[in-house]
Amino acid sequence: MQSDVKLDTLGYFCPMPIILTSKKIKELTSGQVLEVISDDEGIKKDMPAWCETTGHTMVGLEEENGIEKKIYKAYVKKAGG
Amino acid sequence: MTITNLEPTTALAELRETKTEKVTLVVLSGDMDRVMAALIIATGAAAMGMQVTMFFTFWGLNAIRKEHASSSPKDWLRRAFGWLNKGGASRLPLSRFHFGGLGTTMMKKVMKDNRMPGIPELMETAQDLGVKMIACTTTLGLMGISKDTLIDGIDQLAGVSTYLNEARQGSVNLFI
Repeated sequence: MQSDVKLDTLGYFCPMPIILTSKKIKELTSGQVLEVISDDEGIKKDMPAWCETTGHTMVGLEEENGIEKKIYKAYVKKAGG
Repeated sequence: MTITNLEPTTALAELRETKTEKVTLVVLSGDMDRVMAALIIATGAAAMGMQVTMFFTFWGLNAIRKEHASSSPKDWLRRAFGWLNKGGASRLPLSRFHFGGLGTTMMKKVMKDNRMPGIPELMETAQDLGVKMIACTTTLGLMGISKDTLIDGIDQLAGVSTYLNEARQGSVNLFI
């Protein structure tokens, strides 16, 4: 999946991936897609929940097999306005 | 018939502007694990665009006290109490398995090795994200803690009305 900006949160546990995402998304313009890379399994549920509350759109979630753990890539499209 | 074209994104932004969700947390406990849970919820909520207020009271005040700062109250009872009840975000004990400091030190090491933020880091993140921090005046007085020994960035010293006024507008109100 295509993204405009990447955010690496590997090794960080909850709540850091969400906090880093909320900071990073401010640098994007509306319609741009942020790719959040995480190895915290909680992100599968947390990122859609964060999007639902903040109004951004979750456009995709990818799962890859990393060396030790699974790696998740969440794609968030920034809301306008 | 006239149709007003309402941009959905603008409407959503306006709606959010007027209807920000509020979260309040009463932090009574000064245990590291409990304060950590409170701070994780606070920072998480702030990251979700919610307005967060944390009220520190009783043992919870230890989390917002400067380290090695002495209040030196005038009466000997509270002075003795202050000598026993040490403050500082990095000095909070675990609620279980503290073992005179050994258990807590080990827990902190595990957290650091796993890149988990400790209480001081979470506190900094919370302040960064605009979490409002309020210290309870009654317990400050009771425990002989002077306000100049509290960390910077404590927004207010207040009481129960301030809390209730915020809590009645809150959709999430927690007591930890």
